[in-house]
Amino acid sequence: MKPAPFAYHDPTTIGEAVALLAQHENARPLAGGQSLVPMMNFRYATPDHLVDLNGVEALRGLEVGARISFGAMTRQRDVEFSGDLAQACPILIDALRHVGHRQTRNRGTIGGSLCHLDPAAETPAMMMLHDAVLTAQSAEGSRELAMGDFALGFMTSALEPGELLTRISFEPWAKTHGWGFEEYARRHGDFAIASAGVLLTLDARGAVSRLAMVIGGLAPAPARLSDFEAQAVGAAPDDDFIKAAAHAASSVEAMDDAHVSAAYRQHLASILSARALRRALAHARERSLQHA
Amino acid sequence: MPDTRKITVTVNGQRHEAEVESRLLLADFLRHTLDLTGTHVGCEHGVCGACTVMVDGHSARSCLMFAVQANGKSITTIEGLAQADGKLSILQEAFQNNHGLQCGFCTPGMLITLSEHLRDNPDPTEAELREVLTGNLCRCTGYQAIVAAGLDAAAKLRASKAEHA
Repeated sequence: MKPAPFAYHDPTTIGEAVALLAQHENARPLAGGQSLVPMMNFRYATPDHLVDLNGVEALRGLEVGARISFGAMTRQRDVEFSGDLAQACPILIDALRHVGHRQTRNRGTIGGSLCHLDPAAETPAMMMLHDAVLTAQSAEGSRELAMGDFALGFMTSALEPGELLTRISFEPWAKTHGWGFEEYARRHGDFAIASAGVLLTLDARGAVSRLAMVIGGLAPAPARLSDFEAQAVGAAPDDDFIKAAAHAASSVEAMDDAHVSAAYRQHLASILSARALRRALAHARERSLQHA
Repeated sequence: MPDTRKITVTVNGQRHEAEVESRLLLADFLRHTLDLTGTHVGCEHGVCGACTVMVDGHSARSCLMFAVQANGKSITTIEGLAQADGKLSILQEAFQNNHGLQCGFCTPGMLITLSEHLRDNPDPTEAELREVLTGNLCRCTGYQAIVAAGLDAAAKLRASKAEHA
């Protein structure tokens, strides 16, 4: 189990990195390496050129302000331990604690996880939940993509050959928002069989004024419950409302595999989304009181 | 022609220079080039945690890094945990006293993971220790004795810190 030979490149700027990707056939960018290197060890992936992004300073850095913005090489550990993010976007930290293990989060990156795009991965689900905008750069120039357009399908992103994900950003929710993240995996740190993320705000009467829900692990890419979210605005978040949300979550088309049936994934999605929604409601009520 | 690089790596405080092939994993560099065979190689795809080492103070799987990526970095392996006089560290002693190892294959990774955790969280709960240990597989102990050793070491480290304060 040793990787096949490759030529190693260690650029220090984004310009050098995209030039190397444009110049060489069968070149792959190397981010944290927590998915690509296992695939190379197994020789599932045999790039001829490896463009190591770990020395590219401009790809690092996390900003929390009017927008929350991540350089693609921001390590999962930096998000997990960001005090600013714990205030502005606590769901991200709750979700990240389920990503692999301490040792893999120390190396693994936000951009790497998005490009790998495992259907059960937490980071793509979180970016889908926040309607993140992604910046891709190539030797020809740069463009912006919505997360919904980036995640094309099973482990398939909309990046063109030679394009590099450089930055991810989204607008934080109001300070009074509630959040809930739940997932079920056979062991802590394993890929989730199903996960559910909820963000919501309540109006002065306690009715839902804004809702976003995402289900991970069921479909080839994380799925937003857009129809339910639109109907939810103005609704009283009572038990019937939670039941309706759980029903919408279990209606997401689900994949079958050798270990888990589609029906079981949908069952989990309904339970987890109800739990995440209850948690989000509790947080929203608590925060509304604090900010009242 | 293999693609090679010259690297300089500090391992357990000692500087090493070597010419390595790009595809050489850090784990194999430590074991085969430097003869530091205390770092164990189990699954070679980032699941078992036996090869965990510290890279610039943070735990990482050395089977998921290339040696060329360690250029200019400071690595701590199991060989670097004992005290300067060769005496076992408090954590190592706790493993011995609590029967925290049986076959010993997972132990290097366990010790590195717990060294980092106890440094950053001197007063961990049992649940926190169990969570951080999810990244290290042990097939002998059932983990009970490893968790006990971690809690024992945490208490002793706090006591020794208070004594020296």
